[in-house]
Order: sequence, then C-alpha cells, then structure tokens
Amino acid sequence: MLLGRVIGTVVPAMLVDELSNTPLLWVQPLNREGQPDGEPLVCADGTRMAGPGQMIYWVASREAALTLDPWFVPVDDAIVGLVDEVRNYAASDLDGEDLA
Amino acid sequence: MILARITGSVVSTIHHSIVDGQKLLLAERLDQAGKPLGGYLIAMDAIGAGMGETVLILDEGTGARQILDDSSAPVRSIVVGIVDALDLESS
Repeated sequence: MLLGRVIGTVVPAMLVDELSNTPLLWVQPLNREGQPDGEPLVCADGTRMAGPGQMIYWVASREAALTLDPWFVPVDDAIVGLVDEVRNYAASDLDGEDLA
Repeated sequence: MILARITGSVVSTIHHSIVDGQKLLLAERLDQAGKPLGGYLIAMDAIGAGMGETVLILDEGTGARQILDDSSAPVRSIVVGIVDALDLESS
C-alpha cells in the first residue's frame, strides 16, 4: 500500500456494469513525507468516504479489486482507507541498530 | 520476502474492515548491508514490530491473506518477522 491524495473525481459516461456503483477518484501518489511522487491515477473508492483533498492509502492489482464488494470486478487501483496522520520517526530514533 | 526497516506509522480511522484493529507501518526497503534502497511501502503488522526495527516483509497477496486467515483481504504487504542479525559471506 502507498500514500496518495485525492485530487479530483472522475465521472464516466459509459462504464462496465460491474463498476456502475463505484466512485472513481483521481489520486496523486505521495512519498512518505506527503510530497507528490509519480503520475496521478484513477482509484476505485471502496470506502465511499474519500473526497478531493483527502490523504488516503491505496493498493494496486488483485488486492484493489478485493476492496470492493462484490470483489470480482475489473479494478487495478483502489483506496483502502483514509489517513488521519502519518508519523515519520526521527532519524536519530532509527540509528544505533547494527545487525552485521 | 524483503528486508526492510520500520520508519513510521499511518493512523487511519475510516478504512476497509480488514484494517480494523491492525497497525499500519511505514517501511523502507534495505539492501543486504542494511542500507536503504529508496522508496517505501505501507505494511500491516502481524507480529508487533516497532520503531526502527529491521523486519522481514512478505510482499505477496495470497501469502498475506493466508496469514490473516481471510481469503478476501485486500492486503499485499505484511510484516512477518523481526531480524536479529544478518550474516553475509564476505567477498
């Protein structure tokens, strides 16, 4: 799973029947500092709670379809949940472990 | 499985039901010398890993669903081990 930010909604004129009730959102992938990283993509929203401006985490491939009910649907990226907070530990807290 | 280090966590209230009661960890992938390879991933925690720990992450959906005992879980990355030591043949 990766972080992303919803940057818009998609309103399709025609869509396969399996997805006719699923919200589709534009998502900009983010790095762990919350900065844009990579090209925007369209995610199905199984939570039905995300909207523009919201930070979310999303998953790709088969796992994306499994966020939806029914799950046997043609989806390759989907939102799993909404992010309240991202905690990045300080570099000083991560030092000091020597495994070699 | 991949070698990674826990560098943070993600707090989420509204999510797919599979995330209920689960901890989401931010991890960076490491090479065999323990140096970061760049990039990150969000993994679910199956064993109680914490800040700064070097871990093994299973990055494959069917295996993750087997650990969660839920054949419909939308999860691919899951922390399955905490690493104590790495021994590498010196070249």
